[in-house]
Amino acid sequence: MGKFIFYRVLQAIPVLWIVVTITFFLVRFAPGGPFDAEKSVPPVVKAALEAQYNLDQPLISQYFSYMGDLLQGDLGPTFKYPGRSVNELIATGFPVTAELGLYAILVALVIGGIAGIVAALKPNSTQDYVSMSIAMIGICMPTFLLGPLLVLVFGIWLEWLPVSGWGDLPGDKILPSITLGAMYAAYVARLSRGGMMEVMSQDYIRTARAKGLPNYMVVLKHGLRGGILPVVSYLGPAFAGILSGSFVIETVFQIHGLGRFYVQAAFNRDYTLILGCTVFLAGLIILFNLLSDVVAAYLNPRLRSEVGSK
Amino acid sequence: MSKSCSLSSSACSVFAFIQHRYMTMHFSFLSWHAKGVLILCATLLLSSCGSGESRVESGNRDGVLHIGNFAEPQTLDPHIHTGVPENHISMALFEGLVSAHPKTLQPIPGMAERWEVSEDGKTYRFYIRKNAKWSDGVSITAEDYRWSWERASSPMMGNQYAYMLYIIKNVEAWGNGTLKDFDQVGVRVIDEHTLEVELENPAPYFLNLLNHHSFYAVPRHVVLAHGKMTDQYTQWVRPGNIVSNGPFMLKDWKIYHQLTVEKNPNYWDADTVKLNEITFYPVENYSTEERMFRAGQIHKTEDIPLDKIPYYRANEPEKFRNNPYLGTYYYQFNVTRPPFNDVRVRRAFALAIDRKTIAKDIMYGVVDPSYSITPPGLSGYNPPKLVSFDPKEAKRLLAEAGYPEGKGFPEVDLLYNTNESHRKIAVAVQQMWKNILNVSVGLTNQEWKVYIDSRNRLDYDIARAGWIGDYVDPMNFLDLGLSSNGNNRSGYNVPEYDQMILKTIPEASSPEQRLEEFYKAETRFMTDLPFVPIYNYKTKYLVHPSVKGLHPNYLDYYYFKYVSLEKEGN
Repeated sequence: MGKFIFYRVLQAIPVLWIVVTITFFLVRFAPGGPFDAEKSVPPVVKAALEAQYNLDQPLISQYFSYMGDLLQGDLGPTFKYPGRSVNELIATGFPVTAELGLYAILVALVIGGIAGIVAALKPNSTQDYVSMSIAMIGICMPTFLLGPLLVLVFGIWLEWLPVSGWGDLPGDKILPSITLGAMYAAYVARLSRGGMMEVMSQDYIRTARAKGLPNYMVVLKHGLRGGILPVVSYLGPAFAGILSGSFVIETVFQIHGLGRFYVQAAFNRDYTLILGCTVFLAGLIILFNLLSDVVAAYLNPRLRSEVGSK
Repeated sequence: MSKSCSLSSSACSVFAFIQHRYMTMHFSFLSWHAKGVLILCATLLLSSCGSGESRVESGNRDGVLHIGNFAEPQTLDPHIHTGVPENHISMALFEGLVSAHPKTLQPIPGMAERWEVSEDGKTYRFYIRKNAKWSDGVSITAEDYRWSWERASSPMMGNQYAYMLYIIKNVEAWGNGTLKDFDQVGVRVIDEHTLEVELENPAPYFLNLLNHHSFYAVPRHVVLAHGKMTDQYTQWVRPGNIVSNGPFMLKDWKIYHQLTVEKNPNYWDADTVKLNEITFYPVENYSTEERMFRAGQIHKTEDIPLDKIPYYRANEPEKFRNNPYLGTYYYQFNVTRPPFNDVRVRRAFALAIDRKTIAKDIMYGVVDPSYSITPPGLSGYNPPKLVSFDPKEAKRLLAEAGYPEGKGFPEVDLLYNTNESHRKIAVAVQQMWKNILNVSVGLTNQEWKVYIDSRNRLDYDIARAGWIGDYVDPMNFLDLGLSSNGNNRSGYNVPEYDQMILKTIPEASSPEQRLEEFYKAETRFMTDLPFVPIYNYKTKYLVHPSVKGLHPNYLDYYYFKYVSLEKEGN
């Protein structure tokens, strides 16, 4: 297992390097620069600004100097917010996004898991069709529609929950977590239904039933462990997807997370901030994929021996 | 408005029940997972049980104004920032040498308690009040202003608004690096509290300019404690470091979250200030902002989605504000290439636009149709009205230019930056040109920076543009047509026009003469028609009725020191 993890970490280095390099040059080829604005900038001012941020150097030497700083963990200053570093912005935005992502995953697991298991226990019954139809709606409904809808009902009409914010007003974390979790809940429901149905037809389930175990014990103790496997391997990419894709929710609910920095950075051509967020998120995605492989191996003895032999 | 926590309490009890059931089942494999998950969920829901008071209600009680402020401020350094959101905050934190009346924008004493103007209108002497202090109690002196203006206009500073100071003698040469010694510019310290400024030419709007953030003084002692004079990458504007001279001072700044200012006890006119605090929220999404307003989370929005306007007009008109805003929305032609290098074609296109329909039907009547590049009501100036909606004349001109009934007209595109209302207007104008001139114009939308780049490179036929004035004077609009102005972006290059703007108007013998010269210049500009005005901007936003003293004005400047909150207005 240790070897497996070691090799995966080793593989991550060239992947990250490629991501950084491609992003570095791609953002430079996009038309418009960080200091282009509606009001034109006099050449002398533009020159002074570019000199302050080393943009007057040849591109290739900027690249090497960026890589040098990156190796030391320094993601550079932002162009849009003078006096702030990319490291500082990530350190401010990431904990918020991560908390939101964690709650969203919990919502997805609890709601999706229950719906999936309920559906799998009686395939092709009404309860199966109802929960799978709701799951399909969840997958199809975009978050920018679901968010405002939930806000309208629970925030404005019923006045039960705040319409925006994160940690400012009591209960303001509920609607964003549910909105972001809903789509993933739908996926989890479909995956756990498939997984459970496969497991529940296995011989060892029949053995468990033959032992006289009550049904809920069979489902929870024997069925769930195997049935949840597809969900576990989905969790890594899902969490990474949530982190990098929380922008819409952060905008709709006015949350000060990383997603908003990232998207605004692209609009502002804030080269260092785009790069910093990309590198950071790429690292996280690699990490979560690795973690979900490890957890899947832990839950699945067959996979464990495969991994162990590497 | 109040929020009950009935959902949360019922949800809490359901979760408590489920949690209890699970914990009593003793499943060896799942129990701790399930417990962990359920406890977290329950915690999440439990956190929703709280007080039922909205921010507007508590704000009215405690004297705290909550306002939507569109975007995260770039910085609070008045010599670096360029945007409207930053300006709103800067106006709370700082005050100019001369301030302005909150309604009329006429100059009133600010940091200077009085001033004298020489007979030729070129030299101003300002007497800074003796009790002018920074928020840390340090006195504000004439040297602070001299130093700050040296900083603001220094070529090393990278201040995008440095050109505002070019009105002062020799500052332009200093600003573009040809003059190396700031002592040669027209700013002199007479004594600790007296500052003398010499202008290049008489400029009646100079006193208004002093109210602009590029002319604010910054605390020399704090800036230098955190870096060099012209460093951009410094920490002096952070909470705990920054000191300011306005009615408020910075209390807290959480990036992308909120920024709070509190009353400055060292402000010379602190007795007038009624608010205790102001919190600014960077809400980029207008729909989110409108929902926050409806839920009582903010007192004032920065803007309002167009489709919400009919509702507020009909049902809550007391909350909707729509006032003239110094700006013009226009289309510009690339006059360097056919077919728009022909003034007849430009004129034909301009006369085929029905501005009233655009203002009324597309913009819900929240803007005014515009027939000149300068907005109406600029210091006694009445612009000429040389374009109107005249389909007959438009057709005639196009035929005269060699395209009768639009025959043989080349393919051209209308460029705009991606935005719903720009798109709607473009589609309507495209249809007007099709119906009246029988020409087909393609529509191209580009992302903001790409669009700016295309305009800078003159890579377009017709482009949407807008200009918001920085000071109330026709010069601020008419100098857009200068061949040397980077904001021209149309290729319009007429030496006689440049001569009018750069020589004739500044050297006008009297204010009346000056207005006459403006009229002549604009007549020339609107005859050549590189720009076609479409509408004049108006502000549109929502304000809670408890907010008093937030007066509308032409620059949409907020003088927070006059603002108060009424408890009865809930």
